[in-house]
Amino acid sequence: MTGRVLMAAAMLFLLAFLASPESFASLFKPFTRNNAPAIYTQTGLMSLTLSHLGLVLLAVIASTLIAVTLAILVTRPSGREFLPLARTVTSVGQTFPPVAVLALAVPVMGFGAGPTLVALFLYGLLPVFENALAGLTGQSPQVQEAARGMGLTPRQRLWQVELPLALPVILTGVRLTAVISLGTATIGSTVAAKTLGELIIAGLLSSNTAFVLQGGMVVGILAVLIYEGFQRLEQLAAARIGQG
Amino acid sequence: MIEIQNLTRIYGTTAVVKDVSLTVETGQIAALVGTSGSGKTTLLRMINRLVEPSAGRVLIDGKDTAEIEPHLLRRQIGYAIQGHGLFPHRTVAQNISTVPRLLGWTQDQHRARVDELLELFQMEPADFRDRMPHELSGGQQQRVGVARALAARPDLLLMDEPFGALDPVIRAKAQQDLRDIQRQLGTTLIIVTHDMEEAVTLGDRIAVMDKGELLQYGPPSEILTTPATSFVSDLIGTGDRPFRLLSLTPVAEIIAEGQAEGAEIPREASLRDALAECLWSGRDRLPVEGGGIVTLDSLRAQAAPTARAAE
Amino acid sequence: MAFRISRTGLLFALIGLAGLALPFVQFKPNRIVPGEGLRLFDALSLPLGWMIGLVLGAVLIAGCLERWPARLRLTVALLSVIAVTLALGAAATQLTPPDNTLARVSPSSGFWLLLLAFALMLADAQSRITLGLPIRLAMLIGAMVLIAVILGSGVLDGVSVMREYAARSDLFAREAAGHLVLAFGSLGLALLIGLPLGVAIYESPAMRRPVLGILNILQTIPSLALFGIMIPIFGWIAANIPGAAQAGVAGIGLFPALVALFLYSLLPVVSNTLTGLIGVNPATREAAAGLGMTRPQILVQVLIPLALPVLLAAIRIVLVQNIGLAVIAGLIGGGGFGTFVFQGLNQTAMDLVLLGALPTIALALVAGIALDLLVEATGGAPKGGQA
Ligand SMILES: Nc1ncnc2c1ncn2[C@@H]1O[C@H](COP(=O)(O)OP(=O)(O)OP(=O)(O)O)[C@@H](O)[C@H]1O
Ligand SMILES: [Mg+2]
Repeated sequence: MTGRVLMAAAMLFLLAFLASPESFASLFKPFTRNNAPAIYTQTGLMSLTLSHLGLVLLAVIASTLIAVTLAILVTRPSGREFLPLARTVTSVGQTFPPVAVLALAVPVMGFGAGPTLVALFLYGLLPVFENALAGLTGQSPQVQEAARGMGLTPRQRLWQVELPLALPVILTGVRLTAVISLGTATIGSTVAAKTLGELIIAGLLSSNTAFVLQGGMVVGILAVLIYEGFQRLEQLAAARIGQG
Repeated sequence: MIEIQNLTRIYGTTAVVKDVSLTVETGQIAALVGTSGSGKTTLLRMINRLVEPSAGRVLIDGKDTAEIEPHLLRRQIGYAIQGHGLFPHRTVAQNISTVPRLLGWTQDQHRARVDELLELFQMEPADFRDRMPHELSGGQQQRVGVARALAARPDLLLMDEPFGALDPVIRAKAQQDLRDIQRQLGTTLIIVTHDMEEAVTLGDRIAVMDKGELLQYGPPSEILTTPATSFVSDLIGTGDRPFRLLSLTPVAEIIAEGQAEGAEIPREASLRDALAECLWSGRDRLPVEGGGIVTLDSLRAQAAPTARAAE
Repeated sequence: MAFRISRTGLLFALIGLAGLALPFVQFKPNRIVPGEGLRLFDALSLPLGWMIGLVLGAVLIAGCLERWPARLRLTVALLSVIAVTLALGAAATQLTPPDNTLARVSPSSGFWLLLLAFALMLADAQSRITLGLPIRLAMLIGAMVLIAVILGSGVLDGVSVMREYAARSDLFAREAAGHLVLAFGSLGLALLIGLPLGVAIYESPAMRRPVLGILNILQTIPSLALFGIMIPIFGWIAANIPGAAQAGVAGIGLFPALVALFLYSLLPVVSNTLTGLIGVNPATREAAAGLGMTRPQILVQVLIPLALPVLLAAIRIVLVQNIGLAVIAGLIGGGGFGTFVFQGLNQTAMDLVLLGALPTIALALVAGIALDLLVEATGGAPKGGQA
């Protein structure tokens, strides 16, 4: 209960801050030096936030769709051949540093939102894929057997049994991806993507801690909200299949 | 001698052990029985101070345990629990020698002790010494658990449902072995069980607990023939009562003069075994090894509480 | 004997053949002008290019057939990876006019795709044979030695990344050392503080929620911001607290980055310590107390050895994560390979970006695999999981 109140308060604070950052100027003034501005005005905070979220949303949707599809493919009898490979690639891929992936995408994509999107997408594939795989392969054989025994076709089994049962675990993967992407997207500003990282980098360049704090705060609150939101979704999904 | 005096343990507002007093003579086995949650484990753990009493005290050979550092106290008392609690990362030998090493025995001493105990429990030392716990069967794990509890030659051994996880056949064998080893070493033993059968087989004294209270404490025959409360008689189970009673006495104690046909029964077999044999083979008298007979009539008499009470 | 088509083989062949068709290297007469892409066949002198190309092509196509034993495929894939790498070196040497220090030959999409195809073939073959721990350890060490030999032999010296390296080898050594200090130093600090903290919240459950809550929030601060916030904080401390500056506290350089990485590492260490300790069978703990072990003895002799696989898993997570995040230190002047990455991005010099990114990736991979092996050797789950 207190959790819910805190979340609501955090959300309201964030909205108020984004709608009218100037009214919070006094809060951040102590962190500036030499009368530097306390609030970043180069680009609107709201628009930076929206563009940041848009980038993350796009990347997460794309990685979720592709990763779940791939996980379904490699868990079908016809795709089993790819399963060991997929596992190896996933575990190795996750050791690739996101910043390196981002930097390496630049020669292919040029500067701007492109490489960030690609890096977020590639990096986001792995947690979702890993969890989808765990969800789809970790189901009790009895349930599968029962579904077969009742005469469900493979396609019906997938949609009516396997995916609903795997949903909570898949959502956990999506949550991990979303939270990682939210943080990694800030680094996208080093390759000129329009994200909240712009604010932080501006702060770093002009030694203006207020900017750094604002950027960190907005991303941090967003991450907590998204994290909590997903957790609630996962609980709902788990409750529906009787694991809540 | 273990004297438990007015021991009480309170969690929150409920007393899970209420004012329990009992004495266990040196070299005897006391079995604590009772339903789940009746406070048996808590009572046992207050003896080695894994749980601190809220009130009351425990004397071991007249010495108040509250005056001994808990970990030093525990090194003098053997302790074996259900699921054996063996250290999964240590070999059988390392497990058994835990307390001797804590007590600073030399390597030669504790090595010799490990082999001695493994032999006592009929496990070939060369074969078992270096195995890991997961390489043992359930029964072997349980024996190692008891061997570990006995390693530093404690005068007192506490056991909490040590045989709970064993199948009936191994369990009977383990009980027999424990009884033999206990008699051989003269160790005082307090064992928790919720199996009345086990309490009757092993206990010199049985303590029946319910809701934290000690309802009755006495020899098995007394518990069976004159249960103090209806709870105790329920626990004994009216249906099995005669058989339990019979299982307490060996054939040797009621041998009569006479002759009988058929296979002989050993002198140390219980009356219960004798009755089973009579019913199974359709005889009304059995010859006993080394002479004499037991008759169905005498068995019947022994199965009735009145006969016992009159003794 | 019927030939069945292996679909994994088919995938590798498609990737690899695309690699043969696409430019293998990018040739630039100097660092500024746009380059010209050359396929493998064109990048190498006449018989050599075609020979290597045809052999690689043949391997890829043969790989589509089902019946090759995994060990053979493993060997062939490994040899092919080496061949592709050596071909890159040869192309660079042949394309660069002698004594020309301006011309740049850099790996291009064809090279990366060929490398990917054979690396996948390697991974696939390896995942199909169960190899013992010692063999896999030997393979890891062997691979590192092989890379060292190839780099040391000078065959790749013509490649642009290596030329960037040659131009600043002293600097590279310094940034490499800096990167290692950042990654391992922050890990060391996190263990020093995180282990006792994990034990403490294990002993007093009431502390778990607040401590883990704070560490969780710390984790949500984007790395860039956390690095940025450290600068003024430590700058202020160094300036205002007597003795702090002498003790090495500073608002610039390595220090703020080290602390930021340390803060990120706390959550995995603390939460895994707790998970590991909680995961010890209560009967085992109970038995240890019942046998008369003191609290420290129980902790050191029983709980920590049994929690070790989970602790090592935390070390794996932290080390891999910090090797990656340490790149960001380059942005705030904290040193490490990130210095090259961000310099390269600023100057649009991709060779310089590679000089920073490739060793970072290699370091993360080696650390990840080595710790996976260690976790497995101590009896934990074979794959490093999430925090
Ligand atoms: N640490 C504790 N805190 C609160 N209550 C406890 C604690 N330990 C035991 N209890 C309660 O004390 C009561 C007696 O527990 P105890 O473990 O002694 O029972 P038991 O007779 O050994 O039962 P069982 O046969 O199931 O092992 C139970 O109701 C239990 O819930
Ligand atoms: Mg109990």
